[in-house]
Amino acid sequence: MNDIATSVGIVTPRKAVFTEPLTLASGATLPSFELMYETYGTLNAERSNAVLVCHALNASHHVAGVHAGESESEGWWDNMVGPGKPVDTRHFFVVGVNNLGSCFGSTGPASINPTTGKPWGADFPIITVEDWVDAQARLADHLGIERFAAVMGGSLGGMQALSWAIRYPERIANSLVIAAAPNLSAQNIAFNEVARAAILTDPEFHEGHFYDFGVKPVRGLRVARMIGHITYISDEQMAEKFGRQLRGGINFSFEPEFQIESYLRYQGEKFSEYYDANTYLRITKALDYYDPAAAFGGNLARALAPAKCRFLVISFTTDWRFSPARAREIVKALVENRRDVSYAEIVAPHGHDAFLLDTPQYHAVVRAYLSRALAP
Amino acid sequence: MTLSMRPDFSTIAGWIAPGERILDLGCGDGSLLKHLRESRGATGYGVEIDDGGVLASIGNGVNVIQSDLESGLAGFDDQSFDSVILSQTLQAMHRIESIVAEMLRVGREAIVSFPNFGHWSHRMQVLRGRMPVSPSLPYQWYNTPNVHLCTVADFDAFCAARRFRVDERVVLHDARRVWFLPNLFGSLAIYRFRSP
Repeated sequence: MNDIATSVGIVTPRKAVFTEPLTLASGATLPSFELMYETYGTLNAERSNAVLVCHALNASHHVAGVHAGESESEGWWDNMVGPGKPVDTRHFFVVGVNNLGSCFGSTGPASINPTTGKPWGADFPIITVEDWVDAQARLADHLGIERFAAVMGGSLGGMQALSWAIRYPERIANSLVIAAAPNLSAQNIAFNEVARAAILTDPEFHEGHFYDFGVKPVRGLRVARMIGHITYISDEQMAEKFGRQLRGGINFSFEPEFQIESYLRYQGEKFSEYYDANTYLRITKALDYYDPAAAFGGNLARALAPAKCRFLVISFTTDWRFSPARAREIVKALVENRRDVSYAEIVAPHGHDAFLLDTPQYHAVVRAYLSRALAP
Repeated sequence: MTLSMRPDFSTIAGWIAPGERILDLGCGDGSLLKHLRESRGATGYGVEIDDGGVLASIGNGVNVIQSDLESGLAGFDDQSFDSVILSQTLQAMHRIESIVAEMLRVGREAIVSFPNFGHWSHRMQVLRGRMPVSPSLPYQWYNTPNVHLCTVADFDAFCAARRFRVDERVVLHDARRVWFLPNLFGSLAIYRFRSP
C-alpha cells in the first residue's frame, strides 16, 4: 500500500439539528439541540466503515483538514486522520463532532435559550460524558450509521470511547481509548477546581451571565488554561523546552522573566480569546463526574460488563495526568470480562500532550490496529 | 528461522484443548497465539515488553498487553487461564521463581520451553574452555540476553523441589523428539506442569 500521508484538504463543517428532546444525566432536558460536525472520507455502501473521533477539553469537530481561507486552520488531529494516515480516510468515513455544551457551534451556554431569547449562560445544564455519547448517537442516526467500525479519542475523548462501549455495545465494533483513565484522581479534580475557581472569581464572570454585560472573564480563563497546560506537559519536557531560561535578565519585577512564564501567559492569552468560560466550567465538571464504576461500588469490571467490542488502550510513559497505571486499570477490567483488548504503553517524553503528537510507535500501533479492524 | 516456525509450537499446540484460554508470556510477534487461535480456537492474550513485538502482534490480530514480565502478572486474576505459556523466554528472565509462581497463580497449568544447556555440543564447547554458541544458543557471551540457562536435569530438579506435577516433558532436537538421553541429545525442552 502506498502510504504517502496527505491532508484531507479543505473541509466544511455542517450542523445537524435535533428536535427530539434529550434527557440529561442531571435530570434536565434539552428541548432541542444542534451539533456541529465534519466528515472525511466516504461512507461505504454497507455503512460499515465509520469512525467517530471524540474530542477532549478544548478541541472541536474540526479534526482534520483546513478551513477555506483560514491560515493555520489544520484540524486538531490532522496528523492522525487523513489519506495514508493511521486513521486512513481512503478506507474510513471519519466523523468529528463538537460536543454539547461546547463553544464551536454546537448548542452550549453561549447559544440562545429558546425560552428566554437570551444566551443560556449559567442556566445551561451541566453535561456528562454519557450525555455527550447519547447526543453523538443521535448524530450517528442522523448520518445513517447503525454501527461504528470504531469510536476513538484521547484524554476526555478516550473516556467517551469507553462510554460508547458500555452504553451502545451493539453500535460499536472497536473502541480506541487513548491517554485516558476510568475516572479522575483527587489530584486531577483538584487541578480542575483551581481552574474553575479562577473563572468563578473573575469579576467579569457575572455568575455565568457575562454575555448580557458584553464582557468575558478572560483573566479567569487565562489562569485556568495556564494551570491546565502545566498538567499536559511532563516535568522533563518542560525542563528541556524551557529550563530556567530567561527572556532577558532578572529585573526584580513580576513581568514574565522566565521563558516558561511567558509561554504560559501566551497560551492563556490565546485560549481566552476563543474559548467560552461557561463551557470550560462544564467540560471540567464532565471530567470530574466521569466514573462508570461508581454505580457498581467502584468495580470497573462490572461497569464494563455490557461492552462487546474490541479495545485498543494506549498510554504514554510520561503522562502524569492520565498515567499508564490508570490505563492498566481499564485493561485489567476488560481482561476480567474476557474482552478482546490490546494495550500499548508508548515511550514518549511529552507528557499528556503526547496523544496529539506523532510518536512513530504510537501511530504505527493505531494504524496496525485499524487495518485489522477493516478486515472482516 | 522465523518466529512462526519455532519447533516448540506444534508440541505446545498439541497440549491445548479446543477453545482453551491462553496467556502467552513474551509472545513476540504473537505467532504462537495466532497459531493456537487458528488451529485450536484458543482465546487469550499475549504479554510482550518490546515495541516491535507489540506492533507485530497487533498486526497479527492478536490481543497483546505491553508489560514487563519481571514485574509480575498483577493485571491477571488467580486461575483465570487454562494454560500460561512461557516459550523460550525463561532463560532471559531475572526472577525465575517469581514468574513461575505467577504462572501457576493465574493459570491451571504452565507450559515452559527453553534451550537445553546440557546438549552435548554445549558441553563440548565448555570442555574446550569456551562458552557455547549453537543454533539454540546463537549468542556470544557478551551479547546474550540469556541470564539463566539450565539443563533438562536442572529443570527436573527445580520442579521436583517444588513438588510440581509435571504432566508432560518433551525434548527436541532439529524439531524431532529425543527419547534417548534427552539431556545430552536434546536442544529444546518443553514442560507442562501444574501446582502440587
